[in-house]
Amino acid sequence: MTSATRRGLLVGGASLGVGAAVIGTQGANAQPQPAAAPHMAHGGGVNGATFRAGAVVDHEANGFHPTEILRDFDYGTTSVMADGRVLREWEIYAVDTEIEVAPGVRFPAWTFNSRVPGPTLRCRQGDRLRVRFINGSAHPHTMHFHGIHPADMDGVPGVGAGIIEPGDSFTYEFDAEPFGLHLYHCHAGPLAEHISRGMYGTFIVDPPEDRPPADELIMVMHGYNTTFDGEGNQLYAVNGIPFHYMHEPVKVRRGELVRIYLVNILEYDPINSFHLHGNFFDYYPTGTRLEPSEFTDTIIQGQGQRGILEIRFPQPGRFMFHAHKTEFADLGWMGFFEVTD
Amino acid sequence: MSTRLTTRPPLWLMALVSTAALVGALVALALAGSSTLPERSGPPIEQLSVERTVLTPGVIDLTIRNDGADPVQVAQVFVNDAYVDFEGGQAPIDRLSAETLSLDVPWQDGQPYLVSILTSTGLVIEHPIEAAVATPQVDGDFFVSMALIGTYVGIIPVALGMMFLPLLRRVSATTTRALLGLTVGLLAFLALDATLEGVELASGAAGAFGGPLLVLLGAGLAFLALTAVDRYLRGRVDRADDRGAGPMRLSVMIATGIGLHNLGEGLAIGSAYAVGELALGAALIVGFALHNTTEGLAVVAPLTAQRPSLPALVGLCLLAGAPAILGALVGASVENAALSALLLGFGVGAIAQVVTQILPSLKARGERSLNLPALGGVTAGVLVMYFTGLFVTI
Repeated sequence: MTSATRRGLLVGGASLGVGAAVIGTQGANAQPQPAAAPHMAHGGGVNGATFRAGAVVDHEANGFHPTEILRDFDYGTTSVMADGRVLREWEIYAVDTEIEVAPGVRFPAWTFNSRVPGPTLRCRQGDRLRVRFINGSAHPHTMHFHGIHPADMDGVPGVGAGIIEPGDSFTYEFDAEPFGLHLYHCHAGPLAEHISRGMYGTFIVDPPEDRPPADELIMVMHGYNTTFDGEGNQLYAVNGIPFHYMHEPVKVRRGELVRIYLVNILEYDPINSFHLHGNFFDYYPTGTRLEPSEFTDTIIQGQGQRGILEIRFPQPGRFMFHAHKTEFADLGWMGFFEVTD
Repeated sequence: MSTRLTTRPPLWLMALVSTAALVGALVALALAGSSTLPERSGPPIEQLSVERTVLTPGVIDLTIRNDGADPVQVAQVFVNDAYVDFEGGQAPIDRLSAETLSLDVPWQDGQPYLVSILTSTGLVIEHPIEAAVATPQVDGDFFVSMALIGTYVGIIPVALGMMFLPLLRRVSATTTRALLGLTVGLLAFLALDATLEGVELASGAAGAFGGPLLVLLGAGLAFLALTAVDRYLRGRVDRADDRGAGPMRLSVMIATGIGLHNLGEGLAIGSAYAVGELALGAALIVGFALHNTTEGLAVVAPLTAQRPSLPALVGLCLLAGAPAILGALVGASVENAALSALLLGFGVGAIAQVVTQILPSLKARGERSLNLPALGGVTAGVLVMYFTGLFVTI
């Protein structure tokens, strides 16, 4: 009958994904649920996947808020070096912290600066970067950046400083290259475990000339394998908390350029995707070219892939966005844009 | 000497002091003992078993029981990989407590579902629903259908089997022994079959209630109870008549054993019906008729030398067959694997008791071991049950 299992989800997920997909497409037409929806009326059943009606996580206790993460860019502390270049410095802590990842569900996370995803580090191409990494966690970690840098600054075991033990620290120092949208994550082994526990963040290198002015948003796609069986995730999210933007839609202005820095760091599942309703966007894979590669409403990213989306919403109203791997949508990866004049 | 006797404390006082000392020691152990041992180092042990699933359009109700060591807090629920709104389970469920969750699921007829309960620690407890079917409403029609099922698979086949009695009267003592051997064979088959079924059922049931041990417990209890009944009947019989009522007593015992077995059989049929797994077609009815007709034969096998009255025969028939009705009713309205396992165990114990009753009758006077006709009968009984059982796979 029923087994208490930290395994087995994969079986269910694989064999029963069809049913979930059917429900998911129906959910696409759903209205957002009010914070305290009347029970079993709407916002459940054919009106789409949801946590228990009215239930939300305690963002204050978590110490971070997905709505704030959206526009939270950390430019570090800057100074000018002797050669005139900008020196940009950060201090990043590895911290073990328990997060309420879904209403009533505690997840023992390993984090950068006590939040999932970690801080969005932003700089300009050519800057000199110094990231002082202090391991305040009970576990060994590293900080591995995507980008172009010397081998001993790569943050992997056995090269350069290698593993940073609990209580130790190390300063990663390199030039910001190339411009584009990148990421960083822990590279201690087992790699999948360290990533899935929450050790990742966005790393943006702006081009020498600014991109056109826009309302800029960070979206990190990820999941939580709450059973720790390493066989898939029980929760899927953007910026930390599943279904969050269903309750608190992402507010944008009609006609204004919206730029989304979209990163996929989802562990265990081979792909992730982003689909926007009622609108199309220009897509800049990895953000390393200033010309878009595609004008579309759906893109797919493997783990570590990322890209920049640029949209102007011509119509006001609520538009869904979600993984068009609809199973992930039904397990938390869905939200709304709210376009106002 | 006499002074020492009088100063001895009364018995009740000694009992009181002993009990008080025991309680005191236990309390001291509970208080002090726990601090001398380390805390459990592992995560909380969360276990839930689903006792009842009720499907109504758009809603799945699950009655869940905590059969683990620690309280379980249900946090969220997803069904076929989609989170759902639900009611119930707001507070932690304590050990052995039950709670009903009402899930808002637009389920489709005949489709499989996997209900995943996500607890506060992130554990996932899964409950598969093999094929979603609306749970029958418990109303007049329901009782009528269950009574009909019970009659078809219990009473009618047994009555059919008992109709062989006139034929049996004409056969020789050797043939009678072979027939009793047949009875033993089919009873042994039923006992083994019910044991396996009970163990399978119970291994999925709430472990806190004993799991597969429940089958053995039920069997043991039924065996002891029937042995006691047998002693009682035997005592009365001995006083009334030396040997005369022996065969009827044996028939009653066999009918009781088979009745308890049919209770379990009805239970299995009823629960299969409730979850929509049972096709109540002609094949099933005919299959059971074939299968259980042999049970009727077993009931009357000891009566070849008797002239039992019609009411006595009807009574035997109801004793052996009617529990199937009760079983079907219970099975269709209560989904409780632990209870089912216990009831199946009763049947096993009852049959074991009956077999020990019949075995002496298999031997001819003066023989020390079973003769060939009896052994042939046992073999035939097992084979008949096996092959007729192929018709009634639930």
